[in-house]
Amino acid sequence: MAAAGFYRPDGTEPNAVSQSATTGTASAQLGRSRGSLGDKLFAGAATTSGVLVLVLLGAIIVSLFIGAWPAFRAFGLAFVTTADWDPVQNVFGAAVSVYGTIITSVTALLLAVPLAFGIAFYLTEIAPPLVRRPIGTAIELLAAVPSIIYGMWGFFVIVPFMADYVQPHVIDAFDGVPVLQDVFAGPPFGTGLFTAALILAVMVIPFIAATMRDVFMTVPAVYKESAYGVGCTTWEVMRSVVFPYTRASVVGGVMLGLGRALGETMAVTFVIGNSNRISGNLFGSGNTIASLVALEFGESEAGSLKLSSLLALGFILFVISFIVLAISRLLLRQVKA
Amino acid sequence: MSATMSETGQKANVGQMTAKSDAALNEPRIAIRGLDFYYGSNKALKSISLNLPDKQVTGMIGPSGCGKSTLLRVLNRMYDLYPGQRATGEVMMDGDNIIASGVDVNQLRARVGMVFQKPTPFPMSIYDNIAFGVKLHERLSKSAMDERIEWSLSRAALWDEVKDRLSASATGLSGGQQQRLCIARTIATRPHVILLDEPTSALDPISTLKIEELIDELKHDFTIAIVTHNMQQAARCADQVAFFFLGELVEVAEAAQIFTAPKQKRTQEYITGRFG
Repeated sequence: MAAAGFYRPDGTEPNAVSQSATTGTASAQLGRSRGSLGDKLFAGAATTSGVLVLVLLGAIIVSLFIGAWPAFRAFGLAFVTTADWDPVQNVFGAAVSVYGTIITSVTALLLAVPLAFGIAFYLTEIAPPLVRRPIGTAIELLAAVPSIIYGMWGFFVIVPFMADYVQPHVIDAFDGVPVLQDVFAGPPFGTGLFTAALILAVMVIPFIAATMRDVFMTVPAVYKESAYGVGCTTWEVMRSVVFPYTRASVVGGVMLGLGRALGETMAVTFVIGNSNRISGNLFGSGNTIASLVALEFGESEAGSLKLSSLLALGFILFVISFIVLAISRLLLRQVKA
Repeated sequence: MSATMSETGQKANVGQMTAKSDAALNEPRIAIRGLDFYYGSNKALKSISLNLPDKQVTGMIGPSGCGKSTLLRVLNRMYDLYPGQRATGEVMMDGDNIIASGVDVNQLRARVGMVFQKPTPFPMSIYDNIAFGVKLHERLSKSAMDERIEWSLSRAALWDEVKDRLSASATGLSGGQQQRLCIARTIATRPHVILLDEPTSALDPISTLKIEELIDELKHDFTIAIVTHNMQQAARCADQVAFFFLGELVEVAEAAQIFTAPKQKRTQEYITGRFG
């Protein structure tokens, strides 16, 4: 009905237009029909991309598992608890590297979380507006430093520093203190689990701090004001209102950092000392799943039990990281909803 | 200019009291003199002078952005949290200028409590919501704390509704209950002054009525300042009403006078709904 009265600058037939009912001109209608085909193509392409992610993920898991199967078949569940890694005898176990992975990651978190909390707290509550952006950006840039740089920096700067100035004094300081004298012990070579954890801490701080800052900022100002309103200090507001309000997300951010620490390879390989033994102390050397795979992969023959064992290690790491990241996603999603 | 205006307004009003004058205004609990307030370079309050009479209700009315909420935020120095906001002038309470530097802001906020437009229960139990503020300033035994919590919840007309579930989360309460909880939390620290910033604008009529009754009850013990957009509410609750416009205090007088015989043309236009 409306089409009949339309002014058509290109003088096309009214009928052609009334078909499309709502659009004004024939050229527009042409555009529409081409557009609907484009829509279909685009939707198809987007769907394919989306599905591809799932397929890729599945394919990685499956091929890892197939590759790892000979090792799992040969050693069974004992693969996880065996501490040997003996290519000569063809006996392989994951215990040392799983232990190293967990110890370095957890120690890294113990170092990183308080510092990241401090950074986020400073950025959201204390810092004058002028420095918030520069510091916030610097934190984000820390996350952009390639891990190989951290590895070299760790090896050439941190390792000698730890060997000369930190480890000897720490070992002396805790000498005679029960438990701690065993934890902070080992050869003061600078390399080892603790140094690896230290580098990892620096690497995960940006992730944890940025997440914490973002979730702290989601707390409505009126909640903070009402806490200030009953006479809270900034710290009391943080502890009693902001932190409970954001707890799940903060844990999610920490898990995100943990996920990253678990899989980190290059930086750790540089500084951990790469020996296959479980040392009960933090200064001793060791390895992680990722560093062991990185070092040994080149020396493994195709089809050998060793290669299969490395793939099995990869599978274990994959499962651990997957669980950790899944938990972190879940916790981060809870608060957004 | 408005400073003199408000003072002459008050004097005139004392002289003019007629049949309505069952309650003359008490001695001021807070005396504001020549208060200017700035958001950065923007002057939001211009030379305000106003008394808050002790144990009475001062209603603050005016169109949005006129500075009435800003004035409340001066009285407990909430503006301190935000860089670029500053106040000059004098706000005397108990012999101190509370906007001077060197005032213990946390102590001040215990004496000047505030309730916000939206209910803001903390993410903890009903009991802890109230104990929280008290613990900041006093060390009470368990039984004294229980007593204080019952007292403040009773004063906030909430005790009967929540006494059986004090350990339940406060976020599970209804909006009206949450707002009364916030009032209970505020009075639990036993302040001298309570600031209410549009406390009923997010509530249904029944809850609003309860809060208004509560305000009437509370003024026996507390000096109250309430910001409201609801003229009837100001008429019902307030002993004294101050009309703000564009950062100026246009007129302040007893409620009855403001609503029946305002002196200023702008006040009359506002209360009759001609603008705002």
